[in-house]
Amino acid sequence: MKISISKIIIISFVIFFLFVFWQGLKINNNYDTKNLIGQKISNFRLAEINNNKQYISEEDLKKNKYTLINFFASWCAPCRAEHKYLLNLSNKKKEIKIVGINFKDKKKNATDFLKELGNPYNFVGQDSEGKISILFGIYGIPESVLIDSDLIVIKKIVGPIDQIQYDGILKLIQ
Amino acid sequence: MLSNIGIGLVVLVLVLSFFIIYIASLNLRTSRQTIKKSIYNLSLVQTTFIILSFFTLIIGFINSDFSLINVYENSHTTKPFFYKIAGTWGNHEGSLLLWINILVVFSYLFLVFNHDHDKKFRLYTLIFQNILILGFLFFLLLNSNPFNSIYPIPLEGLGLNPILQDPALAIHPPLLYVGFVGCSIYFSAAIASLLSGYGGKLFAQSIKTWVIISWSFQTLGIIVGSIWAYYELGWGGFWFWDPVENASLLPWFAITALLHSLIVLEKRNTLYYWVIILCLSTFTLSVTGTFLVRSGILNSVHTFASDPSRGIYILLFLSLMIFSALIIFYLNYKKETYNFNLKSRETFILANNWFMAFFLVTVLIGMLYPIFLDVLTNIKISVGPPYFNIVIIPLIVPFMFLMAIGPRVSWIKSQNKIFYKISLLILGAIIINLLIFYFFGKYSFLSNLIFIAAIFLILYSFLDIKKFINNKNKTELPRIIAHLGFGLLVFFIGINHQFSLEEDFNLKVGEIKRTNNYEINFENIKVRESKNYKAVIGNFKLTNIKNDLIQYLNPEIRIYSNPETLTYEADIKTKITSDLYLTMSNVSRSDYYNIKFQNKPFMIWIWISALMIALGGFMRLTLKKNED
Repeated sequence: MKISISKIIIISFVIFFLFVFWQGLKINNNYDTKNLIGQKISNFRLAEINNNKQYISEEDLKKNKYTLINFFASWCAPCRAEHKYLLNLSNKKKEIKIVGINFKDKKKNATDFLKELGNPYNFVGQDSEGKISILFGIYGIPESVLIDSDLIVIKKIVGPIDQIQYDGILKLIQ
Repeated sequence: MLSNIGIGLVVLVLVLSFFIIYIASLNLRTSRQTIKKSIYNLSLVQTTFIILSFFTLIIGFINSDFSLINVYENSHTTKPFFYKIAGTWGNHEGSLLLWINILVVFSYLFLVFNHDHDKKFRLYTLIFQNILILGFLFFLLLNSNPFNSIYPIPLEGLGLNPILQDPALAIHPPLLYVGFVGCSIYFSAAIASLLSGYGGKLFAQSIKTWVIISWSFQTLGIIVGSIWAYYELGWGGFWFWDPVENASLLPWFAITALLHSLIVLEKRNTLYYWVIILCLSTFTLSVTGTFLVRSGILNSVHTFASDPSRGIYILLFLSLMIFSALIIFYLNYKKETYNFNLKSRETFILANNWFMAFFLVTVLIGMLYPIFLDVLTNIKISVGPPYFNIVIIPLIVPFMFLMAIGPRVSWIKSQNKIFYKISLLILGAIIINLLIFYFFGKYSFLSNLIFIAAIFLILYSFLDIKKFINNKNKTELPRIIAHLGFGLLVFFIGINHQFSLEEDFNLKVGEIKRTNNYEINFENIKVRESKNYKAVIGNFKLTNIKNDLIQYLNPEIRIYSNPETLTYEADIKTKITSDLYLTMSNVSRSDYYNIKFQNKPFMIWIWISALMIALGGFMRLTLKKNED
C-alpha cells in the first residue's frame, strides 16, 4: 500500500472522529450526580401522596435541622430491607426528619406498603412520573439524599441503607 | 426456563458462525466452482435458531414471564396483547436481538439468491457477514442480554412507556432495522468484491435488490416515525431535526446516493470504487447512528436508558469496522478514469450524489458539532432547525430541477431536444406559483423558488406518466412515482408551512374562544376508564365562522397506570384539504386547560406523497429480472 497525503488525511479524520466519540462517552449528561454533594437543592415541590392539595416545598425543609429524602416504591425489594433503619432513624433521632418520595408507584400499593411495614416518613410525596427524582439523579431506587437546613446536600446514598450507612448518617448529624 | 432456552439458542448461533467462517475459508481454497452443500445447511440452521431465539423472547413477553429482566423492565400484565409483542423490540436488548436476526436472515438469503454469481465473492460475503454477526452476538451475550434472568421473580413488570404504545411506533423500529441492518449485506459484499476482484457490472447486479430492499424499508421506516411524531407527540409537527432523526437520515442520504450510482455501474460499468465507498459508508453510518443513540451521547425522545459500557463496545466495533474496511479498500484500490459528457445521464446521477453528499455532510456537522464542542471546549450548545433549514432548503431548488430532467437525459451523450420542453414547463411552474401567490397569500422569495422547482418536478413527472402510458416501459414507473412523490412532498410541506394557523390559549369548561376563522367552544369534560389508562376527555365544538360548519373535537389527557405517566392525545380531524388539530393539557392547580389549536392544510398529502417515494422502491422490487 502506497502512502499518500489523501490517505493520511482521511485516516487522521477517522481517528479524530473516533477519539471525540470516545471522549464524548465521558461527557456529563443531565443525569449525572457526581457533583451533587455540596450543592443546594432547588425547584423542590412535591404533592402529598393521598392529598393532592397538600404540598411540601423548600421552605418546609428549611425548618428541619436535617432532612433525609428517601426514594422508595412498593415494587422495590431492597426498599423493604432498608425500611427498619428508616424506622429506627425516625424513632430515635428527633433532629432528622424523613421525607419519602414514592417513585413511579401506584398510590394504593404505596399506602399498603407503609401500612404493612410502618411509616417512618414525616411526609410522603408522590413522584409517579419520576420527574422530581431526576433533580437528584436517581436512577435505581432505593436512594437517599441527606440535606441540612440550608438545603445543602451532605450525603447521597445509592442503594439500600444498611448498618454502615446508618452509622454514617448518625456520625454526620452529630 | 425461557432464559436458558434463549441463551442456548444464541450460543448455538455463535458456534455456527464460527463453523461457517471456518468451512467457508476451506471452501475458498478448493478449485471447484460450487459452494459446499454443508455451508447452505449450516446457514439455514443458523437462521432457524436465531429466529427461534427471537420467538422465545416474544413468548416471554406474551406470557409476561418476569423471570426475564428484560420482560420485567419493559412489560406489564395489563398491557394489550399487541403492545406486549411490540415491547419485544421497544427496548435496547430486544432490539439488538432483532438486529442480529436481520443480519443472519439477510446473510442466508444473499447466499441463496445469488447462486449465479462468483463463488469466491459469495463466500467472502458470507465470511464477513458472519464476522459482523459474531461482533453483535458477543455484544448481546456479554453486555446486553435480553435473556438475563432475575430472582426472586417479580410479580409485576414495570410497564412500557405509554408514548411507545402506538401502532405506528410498534412497526417503526422493525422497518428501520430491516433498512439499516439490511445495509450490512452489501457492506460485506463490497469487501468481498474488493478481495475477490468480482467487481463492475456483475457486482452491481448482485447487490441491487438488496440496496432497493433496504432503501425502501428505511424510507418507509422514517415516514412511519414521522407519522407517529405527528399523531402521538402532540406538538403538531412531524419533523424536528432531532438528533436521532438526523442519525436516521445519514445512512438514508448515503443509500440514496448508492441507489442512483449503482445504476451507472450497472449500465456503464464505471464508478465502481465510488459505489464501494457508498456501500461501506452506508452501514458504517448506520452503526454510527446506533452508537450515538445507544451510548446516551445524544439526548432526545429516542434516548434509551443509557449505559457507557454499551457505548464503548459499539465504538470499538465501529473502529474495527472502519479501519478494516479502509485498509482492504486501500490495498485493492486502482485508479479509475471517468469520461462523462456533461449532457449525459451519468453526469446527472453524479450530481444527485453531490447533493446527497452535501446533505449528508450538513446533517453530520449539525449533529456532531455540539458533541465536538462539548468534548473539546466544554461549551454546551444545541443546533436546531434554523441551521438545517437555512443550509438545506435553498439547495433543494436546483436539486429538484436536476431530479426532473436527469431521467430524461440519455446515457453517454444527449441531444438538445429537451431544452424547449424544459422552458415551457418552467414557464408553467412560474404561472402556477404566481396564481398561488396571488390568491392565497404572500411568501418569501426563496419559497417562490421552492414552489416553482417543486411544481416543475411535478409537471415533468406528469409528462413522464403520459409517456409511460404510451410505451408501457415498466422499469420507468417506480422511478416516476418516487420522483413525483418527492416533488409533491416538497410542494405540500411548503404549502403546509406557509398557510398553517396556530393558536395557543387557556380555556375553562364553558368558555368560548374566537380566532380568525373559528369559534372554539369548550363544552364539557368526561372521564373514561380504559384497560391500562384513565382518560380525561374534553369536548370542544368548533364552528367555522366562514361557512358555519360545526365539528366536535375530543382531545384527551391520559393517565397510564404502568408506569404512571401522563400523555396528551391530540384530536385530529383529517380532511382532504386540511387537518384540524387540537390538544389540551391541564394547568396545574387551576380550572384552566391549555389549548393548542392548529389548522394545517394538506397534511394528509404530505403522508401520501412521502409514502409514494417508498412505494416507488417497493414497486421496483416486484419487477422480475427479465423486465430490468
